[in-house]
Amino acid sequence: MEPLLKISGLKIEGREGNRWQPIVNTIDLTLQRGEILGLIGESGAGKSTLGLAAMGYTRKGCRIASGAIVFKGMDLTKASGRQLRRLRGSKIAYVAQSAAASFNPAHKLIDQFCEGPVQHGLSSYEAAARKAVDLYRQLGLPDPETIGNRYPHQVSGGQLQRAMVAMAMATDPDIIIFDEPTTALDVTTQIEVLAAIKGVIQQLNTAAIYITHDLAVVAQLADRIMVLRHGNLVEEGAAREMLENPQAEYTRRLLSVRSLREDKAHAAADRDVILDVQNVSASYVKGVNVVEDINLKIRRRKTVAVVGESGSGKTTVARVITGLLPAYRGKIIFDGQELSPDLQSRKRESLQRLQMIYQMPDVALNPRQKIRKIIGRPLAFYFGIGGRKALERIQELLRLVELPENYADRYPSELSGGEKQRVCIARALAANPDLLICDEITSALDQLVAEGILKLLQNLQNDLGVSYLFITHDLATVKAIADEIVVMLNGRIVEQGVKGEILRPPHHEYTELLLSSVPEMDPDWLDNLLEERTTN
Amino acid sequence: MLTLLKKSPLSARVGLIIILLNLVTMILAPAIAPYGETEMVGEVWAPMSAEHLMGTDQLGRDLFTRIVYGARNTITIALLITLLSFAVGSLCGFLAATVGGWVDQVISRIVDVVMAFPTLIFALMVLSVAGTSIPVLIAVIAILDATRVYRLSRAVAMDIEVLDFVEVARLRGEGLWWIMRHEILPNAMPPLIAEFGLRFCFVFLFISALSFLGLGIQPPTADWGSMVRENSGAISFGILTPLWPAGAIALLTIGVNLVVDWFLHRSSQIRSQ
Repeated sequence: MEPLLKISGLKIEGREGNRWQPIVNTIDLTLQRGEILGLIGESGAGKSTLGLAAMGYTRKGCRIASGAIVFKGMDLTKASGRQLRRLRGSKIAYVAQSAAASFNPAHKLIDQFCEGPVQHGLSSYEAAARKAVDLYRQLGLPDPETIGNRYPHQVSGGQLQRAMVAMAMATDPDIIIFDEPTTALDVTTQIEVLAAIKGVIQQLNTAAIYITHDLAVVAQLADRIMVLRHGNLVEEGAAREMLENPQAEYTRRLLSVRSLREDKAHAAADRDVILDVQNVSASYVKGVNVVEDINLKIRRRKTVAVVGESGSGKTTVARVITGLLPAYRGKIIFDGQELSPDLQSRKRESLQRLQMIYQMPDVALNPRQKIRKIIGRPLAFYFGIGGRKALERIQELLRLVELPENYADRYPSELSGGEKQRVCIARALAANPDLLICDEITSALDQLVAEGILKLLQNLQNDLGVSYLFITHDLATVKAIADEIVVMLNGRIVEQGVKGEILRPPHHEYTELLLSSVPEMDPDWLDNLLEERTTN
Repeated sequence: MLTLLKKSPLSARVGLIIILLNLVTMILAPAIAPYGETEMVGEVWAPMSAEHLMGTDQLGRDLFTRIVYGARNTITIALLITLLSFAVGSLCGFLAATVGGWVDQVISRIVDVVMAFPTLIFALMVLSVAGTSIPVLIAVIAILDATRVYRLSRAVAMDIEVLDFVEVARLRGEGLWWIMRHEILPNAMPPLIAEFGLRFCFVFLFISALSFLGLGIQPPTADWGSMVRENSGAISFGILTPLWPAGAIALLTIGVNLVVDWFLHRSSQIRSQ
């Protein structure tokens, strides 16, 4: 049978200065009707570029150098702009990573849904609206009849992502391209979206290309998987076979990321408390508590992980501890001394001993300062170190975070995401802190890079004896590095204790939900889980 | 600096040459100009000739001489005004964005009040009360312009202020000055530089408008804006005299903006790559 989409020998290049650099390197790809193809790889692997090329589209500054993209007998590389326009959004649809950024905030969901079919002259507005309600129902959105009348900001992230999937299906496309549709979501929300996508695709027998960097996610959906790296194909095969028996070394590494993380059994010798948070409540608006009655202790050389989905108040806890959001009740005791609730009235010494690392290294580093200045400033500010001595210390810190010394003269934009995060860590370490607050520091990074950062933190703890307060929604990270776990829901702590105890059943019901939502490599995991949840 | 110039695009070099030309004219004005600044040397609106390269103006003064001296007066005053307005405007803007709260409220409301007056009327009012002199002129236009700069720099700084690296600086315990000078200013530069190029040119026009009403640079001092106004009647007789000072303004405007564009391009590259 003729495949629905056949890409052969495709080479895509991007402009870099005056030269063209290959982004996708001679890739062949076929997609049959009703088949789901998983494209996986780290960022920069060329998977999004390849996905967009399936629509005959290249980003600005890129070009298709050679090869053919044949969709239903038509070569898209040679098609005219008019032909391509007719195709896109009608025969081939695209679901972007961030639904929040892809919806127009000024229009209702249903109007945006109907725009495609009406524009392409496929149906009237009324017919499209009826179809929207149908699809909303199939995708499990609440109040399918009326949810379309809401604006994008009035629904949650997971719901918006599903509304976007519905939009892609509005014109009964032959192919849908999913570009990391669940990456920005919590584990618990991710499940809903994955289940919805899987259900609808099976029902309508649409072919799909699913792009992700998470093997466990793709395992749930794909029939076939292609692994990409630096624009080259690493391995291709049926999903089940590849997961059971990966051929390429790189695939094995990707697969082993999650399973490698072993428990760190620490003797509980050192018991002294560095940070003690007692009955703390805080609010942005008077009367509405964002966090309530928080009690937690962090011991020297230990890692406490705070987990919960977004909106559970875990970042607020960090802001309260640092004094950015003054607590109106409760005490924060740092190394035996009570800290004043607000930042301005804290002593420089206590600021120095408590440092923070952020989720997005891109915005946590001043783009106009060289690394030398970024790391050097805490040295000058807290300890008055300058000149030659400062440079030596900066180089020492760069070595400590496993970066080359000559990075001191670079700007942040000349570094990759993982390297930037290492610079952030070096800057925090420059202050000689006792406690580091890490706010989702690996969630913006690829799996392998995140792994590297976690290992680094582990080593630093062993060498320097710092404590971590680790805020995350990723339970795999928690399992890897935490000594103690604090589970938060709606601004309150629902469960806390030593890692082994929290992870061992019986769980609090919310902990159970969180734990069971982490995708596993098993291709049947999603189906089994959903079955289990419906029977309960 | 030299290597920077070597890498500059053609447009920026053209711009630099134009600016350089103006600077040389400014400094060497007495040496270049064939006649005295206020000397009446010929017929009214005489055509171009060997004696009068650009002809003469409405009083029979040599136009080329007037343009050369005009460069001195106009550019110096315009530059001073723009620099002053940017210093005051961006400092207040950054302060309002960084401190927020009542500081922001007080400065913003004062600026609103100043902006509520039509600029020309406000300037006329102050100049007729305080008397027309160059320092007063500079101060008045600078303050009026500073309100615009304030709005822009406050908006830009507010966008930057919420970024994590500013929070990092606050958590470190940095003072206000450091945050404004080292964290916010370098990142606010691109829009401010673009605005600088534009403001600089607007100031010319504003001075000339005031001169026309008799409150700007006082005759017989040469200044490009008032030269356009004074000679504007000539156009209806098909005489090209007012086009010369207008051309001088246009040329400098283009030159400044070509260089500003290049700055902008360079600085946005560091940021977005």
